[in-house]
Amino acid sequence: MKHHSILRIITKLLIPLILLFALYVQFHGDFGPGGGFQAGVIFAAGLILYALVFGLDTASEVIKEWVLMILVPLGVLIYAGVGVASLILGGNFLDYNVLAHDPVHGQHLGILLVELGVGVTVAAGLTTIFFAFAGRGRRNPEGALITKAANPTQEPQR
Amino acid sequence: MSMQLSAHLPALQIVVPLIVAPLSLLLRNPRLIWMAAFAATATCLGIAVALYSQVLQQGEIRYFMGGWAPPIGIEYRIDQFNALMLILVSLVGTVVLPFARTSVDKEISRQRQPMFWTAWMLCFTGLLGIVATGDAFNVFVFLEVSSLATYAMIAAGKDRRGLTSAYQYLIMGTIGATFILIGIGLLYMLTGTLNMADLAARLPDVTQPRTLKTAFVFIVVGCSLKLALFPLHLWMPNAYAFAPSAVTAFIAATATKVSIYVMLRFFYTIFGAEFSFGTMPLGEVLMILALVAMFSGSLVAVFEQNVKRMLAYSSVAQIGYIMLGISLATTTGLAAGMLHLFNHALIKGALFMAIGAVVYRTGSAQLDQLAGLGKKMPWTMAGFVAAGLCLIGVPLTTGFLSKWYLVTASFDAGRTVIPVMILISSLLAVIYIWKVVETVYFKPALALKPGQEAITEAPLSLLVPLWVMVAINFGFGLQGSVIWQTVLQAARQLAGES
Repeated sequence: MKHHSILRIITKLLIPLILLFALYVQFHGDFGPGGGFQAGVIFAAGLILYALVFGLDTASEVIKEWVLMILVPLGVLIYAGVGVASLILGGNFLDYNVLAHDPVHGQHLGILLVELGVGVTVAAGLTTIFFAFAGRGRRNPEGALITKAANPTQEPQR
Repeated sequence: MSMQLSAHLPALQIVVPLIVAPLSLLLRNPRLIWMAAFAATATCLGIAVALYSQVLQQGEIRYFMGGWAPPIGIEYRIDQFNALMLILVSLVGTVVLPFARTSVDKEISRQRQPMFWTAWMLCFTGLLGIVATGDAFNVFVFLEVSSLATYAMIAAGKDRRGLTSAYQYLIMGTIGATFILIGIGLLYMLTGTLNMADLAARLPDVTQPRTLKTAFVFIVVGCSLKLALFPLHLWMPNAYAFAPSAVTAFIAATATKVSIYVMLRFFYTIFGAEFSFGTMPLGEVLMILALVAMFSGSLVAVFEQNVKRMLAYSSVAQIGYIMLGISLATTTGLAAGMLHLFNHALIKGALFMAIGAVVYRTGSAQLDQLAGLGKKMPWTMAGFVAAGLCLIGVPLTTGFLSKWYLVTASFDAGRTVIPVMILISSLLAVIYIWKVVETVYFKPALALKPGQEAITEAPLSLLVPLWVMVAINFGFGLQGSVIWQTVLQAARQLAGES
């Protein structure tokens, strides 16, 4: 980890910008190009870049797998939850008009929440896929990642 | 601002299982997940029955997703045929789930079970979605949802051959789905709409018949792959044989049937019977393929040594019967095909559950391993024989009913050779079912391998669902005329006669 100092420093500089840009694409998606899927992919790209440069062990300490496993279904539930909320408020499924007092407001709120759900699931899903491939051959029988921290004697295969 | 539940049934039919899918990843505990899944599936059955009675009272139900009116928004449209399909899918789901609980516990490791149930519920959601929607592109989306979930479920078992067969199915299924998508894309190019009813209204004015025919052919081939019509059935035997037993019982009874539904929806609702069977030579092509499927499927089944693969090849043959009815291009033919679709779903569900119970106890579906099981597992094997009788088409059973109407429909259509073919092919079914019966009841039991536990009757949690399915089959057979009238009415509506 002493090598590649340029890579590491540039990465450290870039990652906050990438994550910020992801949030911009996420929340500006209702006015300009963008939206949940694109934002999720950009966000995941930031996390994957971190894992590529600093290694899977460091990355899996920053991004816990159990958190990802909660975030993946959570996004879908946010999406479906908005639909159910509009059902309960008297509209059709995913009819955003009824979400606020004013239909325009309701549409705005609805698309914002739904895209948030998409963003969460896509970001967590892509990161999970990356971890699944990167962690091949490094998992114990329960499916958990064997990290250096958990198993300091065994040097993971490169 | 009050919520009228009955007005939202078409959405709830999809939303209820859709919510349980991600929820099962959060719940983690397989028991809790199973209870949520069963509650959702049983609710779906209730909703489907309620929808059917609504359709009978008020005619077609239309539901605008998000409040956007079609053709801009996505519309869910329920008529008699898809209401019956919704009942079929959720009925099979409700009966197979209790079976799946025990069977999955044995075949899939505990850590993987939450993800397995997520895939199961997504598959269920996708199948219901395909059936309920009135939007051609939405059909493709739900087709992908259910297919991707199915690939994952097939690969989930302990048998590592499941991985290669899931991969094979993934490649073939993706080609099929892509063909359907290309067809839908061409239709969109021609008309500028994706709503089925709107497509049907605009297609007659289309001025480029060549593009229209291309779209039609792409959709026919894509659907044929998905429903495993001969010669596009090669993904099916391995996928069914190496999938976990409960998965086989579930998808054999639903997935191919839903693909047949998609095909019929395109033939009758979107392209119109006149185009499908008049302009295009669909009837002749389907009839030849159906007849070849009936014989080749049954013949291979006769020589197959793995009972799960044998039943899969038998499915190829039975799908041949369904397509044969459809290829007659008459309303009675269509109704006979539809009736066989429903019957075959229930029969194959029961047969695969019986063999799943055998696998649960013996760990193998090889024919020679079944020797002497008639004494050790009397109730399981009696269930197999009962469902087998339905498959052959013995009078008073469901199978007899649909074959009888197939024969009548063929005579009505002036095809006098076909009844003979149906008879011969049914005799082949007698042979392969008899092969199992002979091994099970008349061969001496195998000696136990060292360390192997003595084989006893399957647990009640497997037997009860199996016998419920068998009872449904015989109930259908006894209520033959009622069932036939129900299906005939739905077929008339689909063909635009009522």
